[in-house]
Amino acid sequence: MTARGTGALMSVTYEIVAGDFVRAGEAASKLKRVLQQLGLDPTIIRRAAIATYEAEMNIVIHSYGGHISVDITCDSIEILCEDSGPGIPDIEKALQEGYSTASEDVREMGFGAGMGLPNIRRSADDFSIESRIGQGTRLQVRILHRAGE
Amino acid sequence: MRLQPYFHSVTLDTDSCKGCTICIKRCPTEAIRVRHGKARILEIRCIDCGECIRTCPNHAKRAIADDFSLLDKYAYTVALPAPSFFGQFSGHDVTVGKILQALLALGFTSVYEVAEAAEHVSLATQRYVNNSIIRPLISSSCPAIVRLIQVRFPDLIDHLIPIQAPVDIAARFAKEMIMRKYGLRREEIGAFFITPCPAKVTAVKQPIGLESSWVDGAIPIADAYARVLRILPRLEDTPSLQQASAIGIHWGRASGEKYAIGADKTVAVDGIQAVIDVLSEIEIGKFHDIDFIECQACRGGCVGGPLTVQNPFLARVNMESLTQELPDKMSPEIVHEFEQRYSTGAYDLESDIEPRPILKLDDDFTKAIEKMELLEKTLDSLPGLDCGSCGSPSCQALAEDIVQGLATEGDCVFVLRDGVQSLAEELLDLARRVPGSISNEAETSPGGSLQESMDEPEIGEQEGSGT
Repeated sequence: MTARGTGALMSVTYEIVAGDFVRAGEAASKLKRVLQQLGLDPTIIRRAAIATYEAEMNIVIHSYGGHISVDITCDSIEILCEDSGPGIPDIEKALQEGYSTASEDVREMGFGAGMGLPNIRRSADDFSIESRIGQGTRLQVRILHRAGE
Repeated sequence: MRLQPYFHSVTLDTDSCKGCTICIKRCPTEAIRVRHGKARILEIRCIDCGECIRTCPNHAKRAIADDFSLLDKYAYTVALPAPSFFGQFSGHDVTVGKILQALLALGFTSVYEVAEAAEHVSLATQRYVNNSIIRPLISSSCPAIVRLIQVRFPDLIDHLIPIQAPVDIAARFAKEMIMRKYGLRREEIGAFFITPCPAKVTAVKQPIGLESSWVDGAIPIADAYARVLRILPRLEDTPSLQQASAIGIHWGRASGEKYAIGADKTVAVDGIQAVIDVLSEIEIGKFHDIDFIECQACRGGCVGGPLTVQNPFLARVNMESLTQELPDKMSPEIVHEFEQRYSTGAYDLESDIEPRPILKLDDDFTKAIEKMELLEKTLDSLPGLDCGSCGSPSCQALAEDIVQGLATEGDCVFVLRDGVQSLAEELLDLARRVPGSISNEAETSPGGSLQESMDEPEIGEQEGSGT
């Protein structure tokens, strides 16, 4: 992802606890409210909420915990998701729709349909993912908005 | 953007309001504040759902609606009873035909069941669901939900089915028929909805997606109920008046609409909080494999409306027994009429449903960011108890109000108490300072004198233990 000349006007960070399905989704809904308060376009907000929610669920389901940091610049929403955990062995596969390594328990709860990363990529204008086996995953999403123009 | 002031059916009776703050927490759009001891409704936020009418222990929230005297203004009148109206009546000998006959006895020239129009809307919705690729599609029949989506979920407007609500269809079809039959002009006919809720009253006065409503007045079910009840036992059954099948009548209760649509994957949600939860989940991509969602602001559906009389659970039972003798399929005449009208676009909304976002801090993005920072800072200084004593529904809402200049930090009783406490400490500190000119201890510093005074209780204790 290329760095732009514009710095963050505002930043927020959400800690994500592994395995906590009760609180899962809170980061996405808090971010949604912030973006609504900033008056961004509803479709932009929706894409940011979907990307954040799916990333949040990935951290809850697959990692040992992590955080989501969001920078809002004059023309973009930069979502950085970092977790410590087993990492993703085959990123290409993980980006295919329907591919999931979620456990049976998790699937029974209605999660782990293998749409997480594909949905995030679809919501993003820029998308990058790095993962180290045994260490964790770092996901960066950029969604452009025109509010600051 | 609408420039004239909003009309709201839900209003406040200032004399009855005690300023108790109960309503502010239940309002789904945070549209109420208590200021100077009285509730105030923020008009741009209110969606007329009537939650505050249900919640207020002092009955200070009221629905402004029309009354029977309005009938006198028209040469010809037609009653449009909501499907939920039938659920208000119980008893072995009560029939839909009798209830309709009662409305004629009350002075209406004719009746047209909104349930019949609901059957048309069901068929139109089926077509729309089959032809659209958007999922999930959300019913637009509950006006409180349409307004909730406008203000809190503007990104879901595309999911709303752009078909007119049954009452609007009913008023137009009834009037067109009367105009043809008797050669009357539209304005000579008064169409009156017997309504379960204030949201419908507002929808009539200020329609969404329509240039103007064909409905001329909305009379609360509670008002019509008493009059009908009085004359009902004297009336003969008039089955010829009744056109709708059980399918249309069941629109009056939760899941009735879902049942009438009959698509593959349908969901029915009732109660505004449950609807908010579902809409929030749709926003993050859930429910994408559901075809159709019925959303009702009131628990139990329209029979749970704030302007009804009967307990919604009993009303549901009443509807079940009333519909037992009715056909459980739409009549071929209705289906035929639908086919003819559908091709002319008779069911479509006339204009787009516009977003009305209420959370935006400022139209200018840079200013919104500045306000956001101030908001975060302000929120940190508040206790996070969401007690409502300040008159705003939560600390978050108070912080927003402060940033928008509608409140001050001193409105928070905890911030105020801390302020008073530190002021009192400072006063005490000042009071204990002895000016050097009158001090008899040469070395005493102001700090020393404070230390001395703080030791005093210990001296007292020693004295006490000596006795």
